[in-house]
Amino acid sequence: MFRIMEKRLLAPAVHQLVVEAPLVARRARPGNFVIVRTNENGERIPLTIADYDPEKGTVMLVVQEVGKSTMDIGMMEAGNSFTDVAGPLGQATPIKKVGTVVGVAGGIGVAPLLPQIKLHKEIGNHVITIVGARTRDLLILKDETEQASHEVIFATDDGTFGYHGFVTGALEELIKQGRQIDEVTAIGPVRMMQATCNLTRKYNIPTIVSLNAVMVDGTGMCGCCRVTVGGETKFSCVDGPDFDGHKVDFDELASRQAFFRDEENLARELAEQKRGGCRCHEK
Amino acid sequence: MPREIVDRAEMPKQSPEERRSNFREVALGLDPELAVREAKRCIQCKTRPCTKGCPVEVEIPEFIALMAQGKFQEADAKIKEKNSLPAICGRVCPQESQCESLCTLGKKFEPVAVGALERFAADWTREHNPESGCEKASSDGSARSLCAAADGVKRPSARIAVIGSGPAGLTCAAELALMGYEVDIYESLHETGGVLRYGIPEFRLPKAIVNQEVDYVRSLGVRIFTNVLVGTTLDLNEMLDKGEYQAAFVGTGAGLPYFLEIPGENLNGVYSANEFLTRVNLMKAYRFPEYDTPVKIGKRVVVVGAGNVAMDAARTSLRLGAEDVKIVYRRSRTEMPARLEEIENAEEEGVQMFLLTNPVRIISDGKGGVGAMECIKMELGEPDASGRRRPVPVPGSEFTMDVDTVIIAVGQGPNPLLARATQGLALNRKGNIEVRDEYGATSIPGVWAGGDIVTGAATVISAMGAGKRAARGIDIWLRSQS
Repeated sequence: MFRIMEKRLLAPAVHQLVVEAPLVARRARPGNFVIVRTNENGERIPLTIADYDPEKGTVMLVVQEVGKSTMDIGMMEAGNSFTDVAGPLGQATPIKKVGTVVGVAGGIGVAPLLPQIKLHKEIGNHVITIVGARTRDLLILKDETEQASHEVIFATDDGTFGYHGFVTGALEELIKQGRQIDEVTAIGPVRMMQATCNLTRKYNIPTIVSLNAVMVDGTGMCGCCRVTVGGETKFSCVDGPDFDGHKVDFDELASRQAFFRDEENLARELAEQKRGGCRCHEK
Repeated sequence: MPREIVDRAEMPKQSPEERRSNFREVALGLDPELAVREAKRCIQCKTRPCTKGCPVEVEIPEFIALMAQGKFQEADAKIKEKNSLPAICGRVCPQESQCESLCTLGKKFEPVAVGALERFAADWTREHNPESGCEKASSDGSARSLCAAADGVKRPSARIAVIGSGPAGLTCAAELALMGYEVDIYESLHETGGVLRYGIPEFRLPKAIVNQEVDYVRSLGVRIFTNVLVGTTLDLNEMLDKGEYQAAFVGTGAGLPYFLEIPGENLNGVYSANEFLTRVNLMKAYRFPEYDTPVKIGKRVVVVGAGNVAMDAARTSLRLGAEDVKIVYRRSRTEMPARLEEIENAEEEGVQMFLLTNPVRIISDGKGGVGAMECIKMELGEPDASGRRRPVPVPGSEFTMDVDTVIIAVGQGPNPLLARATQGLALNRKGNIEVRDEYGATSIPGVWAGGDIVTGAATVISAMGAGKRAARGIDIWLRSQS
């Protein structure tokens, strides 16, 4: 069970895994996530499903090594198995025919964005995707993004590929060109989603964001992932993970994400010592 | 000549100074000599009032008589005729308000220590004869060796799905397996046991005990599938409609934590008791970084609420290194819902009680974390719907206490995942599953429910009682169908 069928390095320390999980694959929808554990002492790690194949019984996950647990995933190879994969969790993203949809992704956020824009395209929306990364080497899943969209804009902070600047800059240019945009979906780091929402709020464009709050069980049991949306407390695991971005308290989310920073750093340092350095620069 | 009544056996415990810094079990159990002496205190009265206090109908005088003769394993078998989880019940049942409260001896003297005896019988049997299931389950679960119906009744062959592996689900599954049915349990977490695993701490219910009781249920032929959320991974109606299962029992528990809904509750350092205890118990955060899941505890901790969960959270805080732990509760000592034993244990360990006190808001430390909590003093007014006197704020009595960590333990609601995804399952106003008879039949034919998902948060033993009644209801229904 939960065997890794394929593993591919998409960018330094960014891995794509195809995992055997037939029950999850059968019922997965865009926006759903899974909880995985790599070993008996492992954390429960929430990962958004990047693709699913009910026929083959597999789900695709994209993981960036940022801490001990994601480094553990990075060390796994095809043929290895996860101890646990539970899901599909969370509400599926509400995807309706609205006209033109702009998908905005930062970093590996493009992976969970893919099933959403695919479905948008399938039901007849015009899909423009903006994918941003720090630099050219960190842009992932370029072909898949082009296939799933009508138009794609790549953006890099350092100008090494495509638009020179942040995704918000590219989005604002689109808006200023007078393009009709009916909905924006933004997935990526908290500050990137926040900046996107600040921009779209100005232009009154409905914006959905997918939040990556800290979770333990992922089934509504612990309340660790609570976020303030429109002044109300919501659990991102069962009420989300997608919310109306204009109503999300991003500062609170960013602060809550940082609560265990010291422990995360300690765990990562111990893991790095054990492995003789980080693997960020391996290709 | 009136027989001499010796004093009730006191269970030895780790001293408060020692135990407040370790996670080992607090209560150490009786020794064989003490167990026999205690069993002999039972006067074997004809009226047997104790049995009426037991939600799972254990034949208490009978098992105690066997204990008095030193027949511990036979006593364990006697208990297991009615109760599949005696080592757990012996530890966490509120015997003082059930069997022991009705004990005839207790009218004049201290009641017989039924809980301590039950625990001893189960522990002794496990240590001396670990394979006490009716047959060992096949390891791959494919060709399971079923028990022949323990009561000799001929039954139709049927498969039953049990949703949730907490006390209600385990009991229902064991009862059905003993009747000869095929039973599969589906558990959403990666480990079995439900609240026995994620909620009750190691120092009160060692997880090795939970493992062994779950293994016993497996040994009856029950298969357990973890990581399956019925409602999302599988659909309950589909499982029945496809004919995979002829009946189902839902025991998904009270898994949705309530918050106070006061300002500051989303600051870092505010946990629900569920989150705090799940990190420590299920994920073993007290052994971080050996285990990957962290937990953070400040020097000064306030636990809001006064039930068993609140006591567990307070005592866990001490063991994680907190120096100053307070319980803040809006009513008075008499209304505290926790077992007296747990309140005493907490106080012995140094937990302070701030009663008739209600939190008003949690104040930031300016860095996103908790700095202080503003509270208001309360007094008791007229009785409310629960029959307890309603606490009302004393105007102008606000005060502030410095605190680093706040743990909210004011109860849990029903987890909505299964209910919301299962068409046709009737719920009440609070989101609990509605049952139509004493067995727990729901609005969907062939589906029963019991435990906290029906009643709201209650005790392990009441959930077990519900699991047992549902098994009976399922059996009657299946036999009427064939």
